[in-house]
Amino acid sequence: MAEPVEGLIERLVAEAEPVQRLPPPALRAAMWLFMAGAAMALAVVLFADLALFRERASDPKLMLELIATLLTGILAVLAAFELSLPDRSSVWALLPLPPLALWIASSGYSCYRHWLVYGPGGWGLGESAHCFRFIIGASLPLGVALLLTLRRAAPLAPVPVAAMGGLGSAALAAFILQFFHPFDVTVMDLAVHLGSVALVVAIAAAWERRASRNAGLAA
Amino acid sequence: MTPPPSGDETSDRHDWSRLMAAAQEGDRHAYDRLLREIVPFIRAVIKRQHGSAARRDEVVQDVLLTLHRVRHTYDPTRPFTYWLASIARRRSIDALRRLGRTESPEIYDPTAYETFADPQANRTLEVRHATEGLAEAIAGLPERQREAVTLLKLRELSLIEASRLSGTSVGALKVNVHRAIKALRKQLTGARDG
Repeated sequence: MAEPVEGLIERLVAEAEPVQRLPPPALRAAMWLFMAGAAMALAVVLFADLALFRERASDPKLMLELIATLLTGILAVLAAFELSLPDRSSVWALLPLPPLALWIASSGYSCYRHWLVYGPGGWGLGESAHCFRFIIGASLPLGVALLLTLRRAAPLAPVPVAAMGGLGSAALAAFILQFFHPFDVTVMDLAVHLGSVALVVAIAAAWERRASRNAGLAA
Repeated sequence: MTPPPSGDETSDRHDWSRLMAAAQEGDRHAYDRLLREIVPFIRAVIKRQHGSAARRDEVVQDVLLTLHRVRHTYDPTRPFTYWLASIARRRSIDALRRLGRTESPEIYDPTAYETFADPQANRTLEVRHATEGLAEAIAGLPERQREAVTLLKLRELSLIEASRLSGTSVGALKVNVHRAIKALRKQLTGARDG
């Protein structure tokens, strides 16, 4: 064994304090989702117009969209926790894709319906700016809380983990947006929703990339 | 160079998992033994990607440091070697990327001066280059798969002969050789892609 490796082993052994094992990733994801869910439920109960939501919720298409959005959020968060460990397969990144596709498809359908009713007038930006601010604003605290929790695993490939975490928090933000969104999704809405989700994913990935580069320089 | 641990050493691998669990609880003696024992394994994992001994040493140190940093992520109910190999592969790729960033303007081809104008003359060199690492990869297979691949592919015995020699059924030999080829393909192409 080469001398430097020998020296390194001695140093590592000398500083080997007991460590707390991380609980299984599914349990960590469930705990985080429980906390985030509680905060989101509180916000909805305090600020949303539930009577209006109940009226809209009778539409099965909206329910489908809601379930797909929520599932995308939950599965992306679970995938992020799995991916944060060194020995998990990168196939986990595919987990949120089916509900994501369903979410896009169901929103796309309501855009089409809106276009049939309103014609080209449905292309205006309208309330979309509000949606953009909402998704970004709600994703931010969720995303930061999630990324800080994910960092406990010190992921070796932090960028995909952060991107998955970004998708999770943005999808959850888009889910609660529906409680504050008293109308069907238009084409512009859909573009803005997906655009803001993509932006959150990009911000999260860029943040982690920078952080890991800095950590690399420091090491 | 110690050969990569093979199927014969499953008890050692089981031991590594136990040693790591003890190390997580602060047992320095177990940690010391584990780190010393896994160095040849790490070298075997990264060998194909890093030519020079000095660079291999650097990556081994990087892997040990990373293992130390993320040792709380190991779950003793899961295989230790897989966890370790994932870390080693990841750090090895990171090292290659760093190298790409720092040394890309330079040309590094230690065999360039050995090539000849006549293409035929280069064949021996190319063959050696292409099969580099194959022996290690075969040695790293689980015992049954290694046996199947050695008897059927390297010694080119028939299924019946190989079955008689190894005392394994023809069906099991077929399954083992199939798995072995799949594992080798994955390992060798994976190593070159990375």
